[in-house]
Amino acid sequence: MAYSDKVLDHYENPRNVGSFDKNAPDVGTGIVGAPECGDVMKLQLKISDEGVIEDARFKTFGCGSAIASSSYVTELVKGKTIDYAYAIKNTHIVEELSLPPVKIHCSVLAEDAIKAAVSDWRRRKGLEAEKDSNVG
Amino acid sequence: MTNRIYMDNHATTPMDERVLDAMLPYFREKFGNAGSRNHAFGWEAEAAVDHAREQVAALVGAKPKEIIFTSGATESDNLAIKGVVEFYREKGNHIITAPTEHKAILDTCKALERKGLAEVTYLPVDATGLIDLDDLRKAITDKTILISIMHANNEIGTIQPMHEIGKIAKERGVLFHSDATQGVGKLPLDVEAMGIDLMSFSGHKIYGPKGIGGLYVRARNPRVRLSPMIDGGGQERGMRSGTLNVPSVVGLGRACEICHEEMEGENERLLRLREKLRQGMMGELDEVYLNGHPLQRLPGNLNLSFAFVEGESLLMGLKDIAVSSGSACTSATLEPSYVLKALGVGDELAHTSIRFGLGRFNTDDDVERVAARVVAEVRRLREMSPLYEMAKEGIDLKSFNWARD
Repeated sequence: MAYSDKVLDHYENPRNVGSFDKNAPDVGTGIVGAPECGDVMKLQLKISDEGVIEDARFKTFGCGSAIASSSYVTELVKGKTIDYAYAIKNTHIVEELSLPPVKIHCSVLAEDAIKAAVSDWRRRKGLEAEKDSNVG
Repeated sequence: MTNRIYMDNHATTPMDERVLDAMLPYFREKFGNAGSRNHAFGWEAEAAVDHAREQVAALVGAKPKEIIFTSGATESDNLAIKGVVEFYREKGNHIITAPTEHKAILDTCKALERKGLAEVTYLPVDATGLIDLDDLRKAITDKTILISIMHANNEIGTIQPMHEIGKIAKERGVLFHSDATQGVGKLPLDVEAMGIDLMSFSGHKIYGPKGIGGLYVRARNPRVRLSPMIDGGGQERGMRSGTLNVPSVVGLGRACEICHEEMEGENERLLRLREKLRQGMMGELDEVYLNGHPLQRLPGNLNLSFAFVEGESLLMGLKDIAVSSGSACTSATLEPSYVLKALGVGDELAHTSIRFGLGRFNTDDDVERVAARVVAEVRRLREMSPLYEMAKEGIDLKSFNWARD
């Protein structure tokens, strides 16, 4: 199974690796996955009071496709609103990175990570949770 | 091309030029069928096959006629287990094996269980992969007809106590089969001293060609019988019909001969290289764990878990280096290594495991380059790892509340 060029690119030159202070009021943090599954993604978003994502950081324990999915997603959401981010579908990630069927679950995890980060920010701002019941 | 390093010698091995040289005439002018009894083409092929049988037998302490040629260890495993179960079905139907065996053994056992032809006991293994001899003794019943325990494990390198298993098998009148694919030609093996009755092995793990293997079938004390899996012209004493793959048989023979001659020196060299490799990584990185037995181990095998770094992502970083991983992401079925699981290695460490397989053609330079690259990539990936970050902050990863995947 050869990797797509885009996956390789994200793996070798990952965008936005790092962390924000999870206690900062403008940061939303989503941690999804589990070590037993071999996939853990931590995604953090710096969000303005108006709900615009100003910056993003990620850290991932997982295969090349998982790393690429989370790296790509941090690029995708910068400058966008949280509504846009919350609506990102994993299929978009699959297409962009040319993920084979066996790696689709990596893109699903990245979608979950975004939702978790947005929900975290909303919760900490005292806002109501999104209607989407996908994320706990 | 020349920049690539191959360090996955448990998966397969490069052909030794000497083996290829021995084979070529049998593709070219000496193309006869070894079963053609009436002309020189057949006689010269037959002579080559006889010679190969002697070379193989010498390596394992057997008689030439006790060697059956097959298409590989998988076929040998199938033939040994299914052949014994069918032939000795009046005597019993119980098989004892272990969960760390190769799929060729496990799947064969499962197939027999599904068909109601055998009952199988899987002996537990300890944290280093060894079976317990008392467990073995207790598991034997009057219906037990076969014990199948591999000599050396392909993932973790652990070597089982063959002499002791053979002794127990003899005492209780149970046949002892061993899948010795990884050990033949690499470790001293003597079917008499070890009390082995059936033994599988393969050409492509010992610098020979793919598509050829052998099954040792004991002829005396006791005489082991098998129902053949392949019927036809009755070749290989009726146990495995089919025209022999003469060039590959010749290759297997020559490969065994070379192993026999060079084993001692090669093992010393491999052990030194392996320890150099291990130190080159464990001396530079923290949270690295050895999987398998530290001493009772194939000289060229090293299986390490690099905590907080997933295996496939590490393999991706080791672009021009061929090794393999026990991570789920590297398997077609997305299951982590069942061998590591049987050892009690947690899933999270199974996902971080890398198997290095040193062989005849690896050099000091290979080892230095691989160690350096692994260290660099592990450091890079740990910087990207949320688990490493959490561990450094003192968070207990086991009790952390992970969100539903």
